[in-house]
Amino acid sequence: MGLFKRMENVIESKINKVLNRMEDPRETLDYSYEKQLELLQNVKRGVAEVTSSKKRLQLQRAKLMLSIEKLEGQAKDSIVANREDLARLALERKDALVQQVDGIDREVAELEKQEEKLITSEKRLSTKVEIFRTRKESIKAEYSAAEAQVKINESVTGISEEMADVGLALDRAENKKEEMKARAEAIDELMEAGTLEDLTGGSKDDIDRELSKITKRSNVESELSMLKTEVGKGQTKTVEKRKDTEE
Amino acid sequence: MKGAIKVIIRIMGEGQYHVPEALCDQLKEVDNRIVVLVEKGNEKEFREELLKLISEIRKKGKVVEEKEILVSDIIVPPENMSFKEVKDIFKESEI
Repeated sequence: MGLFKRMENVIESKINKVLNRMEDPRETLDYSYEKQLELLQNVKRGVAEVTSSKKRLQLQRAKLMLSIEKLEGQAKDSIVANREDLARLALERKDALVQQVDGIDREVAELEKQEEKLITSEKRLSTKVEIFRTRKESIKAEYSAAEAQVKINESVTGISEEMADVGLALDRAENKKEEMKARAEAIDELMEAGTLEDLTGGSKDDIDRELSKITKRSNVESELSMLKTEVGKGQTKTVEKRKDTEE
Repeated sequence: MKGAIKVIIRIMGEGQYHVPEALCDQLKEVDNRIVVLVEKGNEKEFREELLKLISEIRKKGKVVEEKEILVSDIIVPPENMSFKEVKDIFKESEI
């Protein structure tokens, strides 16, 4: 069996759920219409959910970019402090984050496509639902239950296929949402675990601590040497210095 | 050409197209190739075949108007269908 036939089966099994339900075929029309309205609501919600997963990823991307910037700064500071080992560590971390950002970019592009398609589907479905509504009223008015059967099969099957398609697109959007949620949580966890540092917390990471130790050390060193010069060369220099600052 | 338009194809997640029947034979061939590719687990070529197929339908088909409610003759999976989803469908229909 080919892929097309299998897709047809997937759609059909969804359609049958709607079609086989009612005793009076005219009731099928109303039932289907009710389901159509429900589905339209769900599609709207689906679109909103896709948009919000996209926003969440974009927010994380912004956070990651800040971290990347910070790590670049740390790498530079480390080189200035002659600590290649620290610089290497910072760059390794940066590289991991850049990969995350690339992944997010790909996901966002995909979500955007999905969003666009759902919006188009919603528009298409709502046009068809409106047509169906008019047609259903005329079928109910003009035909007996027995006569209605044929007419109903035509219009209900057609719109049910549309509904099944839109419904499956929604299911896929839902799966994607879960996938994105898991991804976002994984990145959050990585940040919390300190593998990727969290900027929002404001606490210093290990590279920061090392660098500030170096800064402190060199501050102490430079003060020491200043003191040594002062003591060694006597009062003249200090006086000159004072003059400078007063000016 | 106009007289040859007979078949309705739905590209899932995208909508329906009227296509000339001649295209259907071509599609059947692609469908057969896809089955083999899925069995072999060849994701890259599967993707290529699927995208080629869909662009062919878009190019040669005519979009069914929004206000028409029609049943399709052929249903084609969405272009962004993942390989895992395809494999799942093959598995499910065997049970």
